[in-house]
Amino acid sequence: MDVVNQMQRQFVDYSTSLHREGILDDQFTQLQKLQDENSPDFVVEVASLFFEDCEKLINNMARALEQQGVDFKQVDASVHQLKGSSSSIGAVQVKNVCIAFRSFCEAQNREGCLRCLQQVTHEYSLLKNKLQTLFRLEQQILAAGGSIPVIE
Amino acid sequence: MTVERIVSETKDQFPIGMRVLAVDDDPTCLLLLETLLRRCQYHVTTTSQAVTALKMLRENKNRFDLVISDVHMPDMDGFKLLELVGLEMDLPVIMLSANGDTKLVMKGITHGACDYLLKPVRIEELKNIWQHVVRRKKFDRKDRNNSDSLDKPHVDSGEAAGMGNADNNVKLNKKRKDQNEDEDEDRDENGHDNDDPSTQKKPRVVWSVELHRKFVAAVNQLGIEKAVPKRILELMNVEKLTRENVASHLQAKFRLYLKRISCVANQQANVAASLGTADSSYLRMGPLNGLGNFHALAGTDQLHNAAFRSFPPSGVLGRLNTPSGLGIRGLPSPGTIQLGHVQNSGHSINDPSKLQSFVPGNHNANILQGMPMSLELDQLQNNKGVSHIGELPTANSTSVFPVSGSLMDAQITGFSNNPLLGVTSNSLMLEGSSRQSALHASNLRDGVYAIGFQNGNTLSEFASIDPVSNQLRDSKADLQGQAASINCNAGKIMRSVAQEWNAPRKDAPYQSHLMSCSVNSSTSSNGAMVQLDQCLDRNNSIFHRTMDSDSIGPLNFVDPLSIKHVEAHNSAMEPSVIEKERYLMYQSRPQGNHIPDSVGSLEDLASAMMKQDQGKGNRRTQ
Repeated sequence: MDVVNQMQRQFVDYSTSLHREGILDDQFTQLQKLQDENSPDFVVEVASLFFEDCEKLINNMARALEQQGVDFKQVDASVHQLKGSSSSIGAVQVKNVCIAFRSFCEAQNREGCLRCLQQVTHEYSLLKNKLQTLFRLEQQILAAGGSIPVIE
Repeated sequence: MTVERIVSETKDQFPIGMRVLAVDDDPTCLLLLETLLRRCQYHVTTTSQAVTALKMLRENKNRFDLVISDVHMPDMDGFKLLELVGLEMDLPVIMLSANGDTKLVMKGITHGACDYLLKPVRIEELKNIWQHVVRRKKFDRKDRNNSDSLDKPHVDSGEAAGMGNADNNVKLNKKRKDQNEDEDEDRDENGHDNDDPSTQKKPRVVWSVELHRKFVAAVNQLGIEKAVPKRILELMNVEKLTRENVASHLQAKFRLYLKRISCVANQQANVAASLGTADSSYLRMGPLNGLGNFHALAGTDQLHNAAFRSFPPSGVLGRLNTPSGLGIRGLPSPGTIQLGHVQNSGHSINDPSKLQSFVPGNHNANILQGMPMSLELDQLQNNKGVSHIGELPTANSTSVFPVSGSLMDAQITGFSNNPLLGVTSNSLMLEGSSRQSALHASNLRDGVYAIGFQNGNTLSEFASIDPVSNQLRDSKADLQGQAASINCNAGKIMRSVAQEWNAPRKDAPYQSHLMSCSVNSSTSSNGAMVQLDQCLDRNNSIFHRTMDSDSIGPLNFVDPLSIKHVEAHNSAMEPSVIEKERYLMYQSRPQGNHIPDSVGSLEDLASAMMKQDQGKGNRRTQ
């Protein structure tokens, strides 16, 4: 059980650090709370969907920004969606970049948009890594027979 | 387990088990939303496509209690979906967006959303969304009860809550039995099971759409004056139909019509004005404040000459549902109901198909295509627009249906508040067109369609539409099919009828009756349609669907029944039928004709209406 306890502690610490770093916010905690015996993989599911969606949106944005005549409306639509999904999952950094991104879209500032796109990609990768680490920790705890501690 | 049983069970534990349809193209958000809703113990169905959502909703209007939809979706704008749902199904819709811009929120509300949530959505907020369903139901029920007390209860059987329709029916006088019968029949037709057959002593005749159409055709053919039950019966040539059946149907329809008219009359003063004389363009937009709005709302130029496009059920009618606010909200853009152009020259709606409703280009202005009834499309939830069909009569093809979206308490005259109203009246030019069938009753659902009052009396004549409008809200009868049918024919009929019924008569009781009538209709969505149908049917006795008659004077009849109520009819009724009915409703105020004896109560109603009319002076040209 020590191992489990250790893992659990690790999990909690890691989780807390993510929040502290501002990578995740309270919304993520809410998601975790929604996970229960009826939907044990809820958080992982949502995160996976988010990753998929995010990648698709980033690709869309990149493609749109590469065009000669940039369709800012389209870029904006993608950013808007990314903003929505990132806020739903609690990916606060990603969301914040999206907010800035949208202003650049409105201003039709290609350079600004490209910069934001870069930032978004960066934040997204960071988040993905961190979450994957977190999930791995969770899996380990469960595999060892422990339960995921609830983070308040 | 049958669906009904599930429904009733869940309804018993409401809000637990409330059936929600969640629409969001973002899978992350959709999954989250679904989980949250399930956590609130709602019954959730999800889809990432607005188109699929609409399909599901249309397939079974009773399947859901509430819709939650994202604003930004690739296949259809969330606001458009909002409008459509409001018009066709009269369900509460909650908008969801990551963008909390005030303008967007305002847009959502004006389109009829009952709430606007920001992403990330929180469970606390979702825990309270059931209030929107209750509010709507209560409103309907209340209206229904009111109307019941005034007149026969036009209970919309639709309400699952089982608004004591049966009770109301039982309470009704025997002499109301006919009306009950009609209502019941209509309701039954619509597939509602709430009717209590025990109240009827005689074998009921179910006035199916087809039957009613024949009835209307017969009446039309005979002309208002000669439309006596016996002759109607002969013309209809339906086996096993008795003269008594026809008589009661005639009376019922007329009464309903009158009721509606009176309701609408008050509010539709302006509209009526616009409906004006046959020769003038119906679009008397002038007086209607809404006009300006309307145009603005329409956002397209379709208003005037919108060809009658097949109108997807998307409601032209805005969601007039919100019980709370019958107030006139600014015209919801979606709502411009232009029912085609009223052709001034015509005066008579010769061709039912002529009704053209144009569909506003943008989703905001949903014009019920083919719906003669101008439906306020606005999804003002709170405003049930009353669509007034203006000038139906004259325009061969167009009838102006002022749809007062939110007639709720506001007098239509004001219109200023309610762009919808204004617009509707003006824009409700129904253009008869063959495409009418496109008119979807759904659009009409929400609003009470005040059928244009031709002689410009329209709104003022009608009793405050408030009650109606309230009802309209709930009774978003799916006017889908129906709207369409309320084509010019109806107008024509109305006109002639109006003329016939011009005799001044007591109005007060009828007006209230009408009002309540309309109110009733608005109750549940299902019921609404039914009611509408009922009203239409009743009132339609005089109106025929066929626009062959040519001089239907301006229709002053308001169709208090929210067209939308024809839920059941949606599928059953052809749009054209509905449209016709609507038209019927919209008849210009009778210019002083006397209602034939056979009409009986209709006369009274007519006279009541006429009184108002007379005040304004009959402008109708016979």
